[in-house]
Amino acid sequence: MLEIKNLRAGIEGREILKGINLTVNKGEIHAIMGPNGSGKSTLAKVLAGHPQYEVLGGEVIYEGRNLLEMAPDERARAGVFMAFQYPIEVPGVSNAQFLRLAYNEKKKYLGEEELDPLEFKDLLKERAKVVEMDASFMTRSVNENFSGGEKKRNEILQMAVLEPKLAVLDETDSGLDIDALRVVANGVNQLFTPENAIIVVTHYQRLLNYIVPHFVHVLADGLIAREGGKELALELEAKGYDWIRTVDKGAGAPAN
Amino acid sequence: MVTELVKSENSYQAAFRSVRPTAAWLDLVRNSAMDRFEQLGFPSVKEEDWKYTNLATLAKEEFVPVTVGSTEAREVEGYPETAETHLVVVDGFLREDLSTKTGLGDVVAIDLFSAVEDARYNKIVRKYLARNAGYHNNGLTALNTAFIQSGVFLWIPKNVKLERPLQITFVADGGANFPRLLVVAEENSSATLIESFVSSHSGKYFTNAIAEIVVKDGAQLEHYRVQRENNNAYHVSTTSAELGRSSRYDTTSINLGAQLSRHDVSVVMDHEGAETAVDGLYMVGADQHSDTHSVIDHKQPHCTSHQLYKGILDGNGRAVFNGKVFVREGAQKTDAQQTNKNLLLSDKARVDTKPQLEIYADDVKCAHGAAVGQIDPEELFYLEARGIGPELGRSLLTYGFAEEVIGKIKIDSIRSQLDEFVLRQLHTSF
Repeated sequence: MLEIKNLRAGIEGREILKGINLTVNKGEIHAIMGPNGSGKSTLAKVLAGHPQYEVLGGEVIYEGRNLLEMAPDERARAGVFMAFQYPIEVPGVSNAQFLRLAYNEKKKYLGEEELDPLEFKDLLKERAKVVEMDASFMTRSVNENFSGGEKKRNEILQMAVLEPKLAVLDETDSGLDIDALRVVANGVNQLFTPENAIIVVTHYQRLLNYIVPHFVHVLADGLIAREGGKELALELEAKGYDWIRTVDKGAGAPAN
Repeated sequence: MVTELVKSENSYQAAFRSVRPTAAWLDLVRNSAMDRFEQLGFPSVKEEDWKYTNLATLAKEEFVPVTVGSTEAREVEGYPETAETHLVVVDGFLREDLSTKTGLGDVVAIDLFSAVEDARYNKIVRKYLARNAGYHNNGLTALNTAFIQSGVFLWIPKNVKLERPLQITFVADGGANFPRLLVVAEENSSATLIESFVSSHSGKYFTNAIAEIVVKDGAQLEHYRVQRENNNAYHVSTTSAELGRSSRYDTTSINLGAQLSRHDVSVVMDHEGAETAVDGLYMVGADQHSDTHSVIDHKQPHCTSHQLYKGILDGNGRAVFNGKVFVREGAQKTDAQQTNKNLLLSDKARVDTKPQLEIYADDVKCAHGAAVGQIDPEELFYLEARGIGPELGRSLLTYGFAEEVIGKIKIDSIRSQLDEFVLRQLHTSF
């Protein structure tokens, strides 16, 4: 589904990703871990097409297409979804309005039938159960005056409505208390199917107790320094990220 | 300044001779107002309050004041909510035949000119007319006052609650027209008033309107003003309100039309415990200029004023916002908040904003701020990341920006009318 080859990217002339290689197949959950500044969030933003990030080299193939040549909105309509670490507030636009617009834009793109406000309301009510959100959230402005936890739940609600093929969750666990974390993780698990794939970007192993990954990739200084199964996350939790850095030094220059 | 205006002043002077005489005191007021207009002429850009709005073209136009009201039959549509409470004013003249008053109950809404000659109301009219919208230092209010020939007197008696909103639609046929409205809301009364300004055609003309509003002790008035004149029109208007003890006056001014529009809104709080919200939205596109000057005057303690004005500018549109808030000596415990936010959709658009706060009391809660910005790229990216293309995303964010003002309007059909207008301007629909 997704093939990242030797991806190099940065911001404001500074190279952050220095050659990432990663393959994600449908039916897989991948965790990207790493210390602050290792490039985890940059990877998520480059996949979503954030205009501030510059691709310096390499390629990303999504379902046989060159993802990097697609505009951000086209990526989204084609099934790529990024849950934001810091969801943006959109004053004056209700959650229901926003979601219906996004949903219909995707349907239009796929040549499928769009929904009118009443039909969409039913769909939204059904999907909102995934993250246990009540109706009052639908008439409120997108993320405006939402608590941190509510914003993250709202991201997963958007995922539930848009049904992406590839979801990238950028530090969705940050700022969540344990109850909210459980709700969010439970939502994500309900949305995971053998037909889609999820990339979970996280600093902590905590989230991976709930969303159990098939593969764990550890980033350090813009490169994947370690890869393994879910047990790698536990090892990291026990030993800390310094362990990766130490290993790096011992291993010499990482292979590109 | 006056010399270049001689021609147009002549058209006003000529028409002034044919206004119908009325009660001696009002004749005196009108004569004195005409005299002031002759002295002052149209305001010039040399005056601080007119620095960014140039009326030279307006002054040079040969607009002829309408001195005889039209009697032509026509349909003037109001909001569904005002089906039984709708007054129609054409070129400043109240048209009883086009108005519906069945829902007014005890509220009086009559021709201002006839109220002057009516023993029941002449004392009230004499007391309040030309009191809050002074004409001694302002050529435009002077001109309107000189041409008081009809207009609307709205009187909400003590303790009366008008259940339905009352709408006054001011239709402009052409020339120079001078709508005049006097509202007196007596003690503990409450009402909702909608003023709508529309054109009957797409040609050039000049509207110069005044609304004077008296909200007495404990009374509540909700006031909407929707200006949708055609894009060739000149629209200048003044809204002046005085608030009684523990009264409440909430006003929202929507300025969408006219090639040049200027709205002066003032709220004077000279009694304790008054509250006001003075909100507005202006939207200008190509070749449009919209200017709002507001004065909120806290003269007594324990008064509250909240002001939110938002502007959307496209094309080479220009806007001006000047908001003065005065907190006079002794006006302790004043709560005054003022915000002006502008969204520029084009590089050629320009806004001049100046919020001003002058405080002469020490125990007050005051804040003000102004912002001018473009669509936030982070907000746009968020929408794009959900599959909403940049063009639609910009429209959605612009709509959301306007919605902060529109969403507060309590009358459904005004809200949906404005939503439609905004979306049409953005060439989109959701």
